[in-house]
Amino acid sequence: MNYLPLFTALPLLGAFLTPLLSKIFEKIGDIISTIITTLLLILSIYSTFLLPIFGNIYVYEIGKWSLSPIPLGIIFAFDSLSLLMVLAINLLSFACAIYSVRYLDGYTGRWKFWTLFLLMVAGLNGIAITGDLFNLFVFTEISAISSYALVAFGVEKEDLEASFKYQVIGEIGGLTILLAIALIYAKTSTLNMADIANTLTNENKGILFWFIVSLLTFGFLIKSALFPFHFWLPDAHSQAPAPISAMLSGIFIKILGIYSLSRLVFNIFGLNRSNAPHYFDILIVLGILSIIIAGFIALRQTNYKRLLAYSTISQVGYIFVGLGIGNFWGVVGALALLFAHALGKGLLFLTAGSVEKTSGTLNIEELCTSQKRLPFYGVIYTLGALSLAGVPPFLGFFPKLFLILGAIKEKMLGVGIVLGIFSVLTLAYLLKITNKVFTNKKEGEKVGVPISTIFSFLLLIGLIFILGVFYFNYLYPNLIEKAGEAIMRGIDYAKLVLMR
Amino acid sequence: MLPYIGCIILFLIGIYAILTKRNIIKIAIGFCLLEYAVNLFFALIGYKKGSLAPIYTQINQQRNFVDPIPQALVLTAIVIGLGTTALLLSVAIRLHEKYKTFDIKEIKRLKE
Repeated sequence: MNYLPLFTALPLLGAFLTPLLSKIFEKIGDIISTIITTLLLILSIYSTFLLPIFGNIYVYEIGKWSLSPIPLGIIFAFDSLSLLMVLAINLLSFACAIYSVRYLDGYTGRWKFWTLFLLMVAGLNGIAITGDLFNLFVFTEISAISSYALVAFGVEKEDLEASFKYQVIGEIGGLTILLAIALIYAKTSTLNMADIANTLTNENKGILFWFIVSLLTFGFLIKSALFPFHFWLPDAHSQAPAPISAMLSGIFIKILGIYSLSRLVFNIFGLNRSNAPHYFDILIVLGILSIIIAGFIALRQTNYKRLLAYSTISQVGYIFVGLGIGNFWGVVGALALLFAHALGKGLLFLTAGSVEKTSGTLNIEELCTSQKRLPFYGVIYTLGALSLAGVPPFLGFFPKLFLILGAIKEKMLGVGIVLGIFSVLTLAYLLKITNKVFTNKKEGEKVGVPISTIFSFLLLIGLIFILGVFYFNYLYPNLIEKAGEAIMRGIDYAKLVLMR
Repeated sequence: MLPYIGCIILFLIGIYAILTKRNIIKIAIGFCLLEYAVNLFFALIGYKKGSLAPIYTQINQQRNFVDPIPQALVLTAIVIGLGTTALLLSVAIRLHEKYKTFDIKEIKRLKE
């Protein structure tokens, strides 16, 4: 598996080739990004077969800077959790790249879009595979900065405003993380995540330790937009171009926020429910607050994409409740929901882009009276929405079951009941769009659908359906259960990385 | 101890500017101050009083080296900070083109 650096090197190569070659042929970016994202998808699927052979963890030392057993240079540590994340990133970025080819027709400066898009993918892949704390920060900033620029890509008044807010808030989060990294370095004199875990276990957890944990949690909660740090998200995610909204909502906040936080909290700091119950209680409380508050705000929205953006905050709440429950089923539920939500919410944001292209508006009331019939988008949207709300044959059903199971096992019946009841709220606000935009139109012109759009929609909805039906045949035992085990392993992660 | 206190004061000034100023350029400046405070803090961590630059030609003197890693990291952080600041200011310029004002209270087309 020594191809591991390609996960970041390939998109970086594409990102820097695009501006050079686009002087010769303007649409070269489309070709380059399609090829690169396809290669990345093939690599990540190939890794699913290869990783079990290497004993579910593979460590790559950049430049072989090693003083055995402690690596001196940057390492990439690729385990089952990274695998799930890499797979989700590359599936969604592949679908978004295919979709963007036709979506970009109305925009000028295609190559800028593709450069930023590929930089974002490089950063996301880097975060998922890195085993070095400062490297994690660098990749976070690479993807964050390109996302700030992408939100402002339309350069309309609203886009710029959303981008400015997003930048200021996001960078406060980023600097908090940098401050925490500085403190960790001061305490442990190392930046290798496994080595940090080793050093911290031998020391008693004093006030400095908890200060570092709270700084990091603050930073990553801003990045993952959990209530009360959510206020930038609806603006940024609703003003970005549709494929970027899909990337941001689908995978970006999860990698930057949820993956990084859970890796650090569980595997590096070695926190779990028995040694830090209050920390996990806080996550549950914030999670439930965001489920309820964002859910009710979503119900009142009149803008298609804003509604979906608030729905994202609410679903992030579910994921944090799962992490906060902290037992095996809670964590597995959180990871499964992360995967299901990546595909589902990505799909819904892509339909939003198509509806905006054909109807020229995203206001639900205006779309309600519009004379355009959009049966294809309607069916796709409704199926995706059913999956997100957790209706049985689809991918989104089992995650919520796992979460409720986890809550019951941990004797938190109230939490389980809240999770169950508010799934109905999810269904209510998502089907509001089906009801107003896609149904009740007997006549009116039918609109053609571009072939690339059909391809990316069918890919995503096909995966949502097939993986959902054969959940326990493939997805659960091969990916999600192992990723859950990787988190529940706690600080044994360090031993695995250092001994390998 | 004094440099650390200065660092914290710089940090607080930055936070104050971001939270209270209405002019978006001043918010950007506040953001820069915040970033400098964190970078300064990082550089201070590696500093040891009375020690040498970490170059091996001076190894025969019986004195300590300062820790070179935070300096290397700060260099990276400064470059990242340059990128974010440049982007923040360019968005601010485009905002001024569209709204004809730098006042954050008047830039509110997005509600709720």
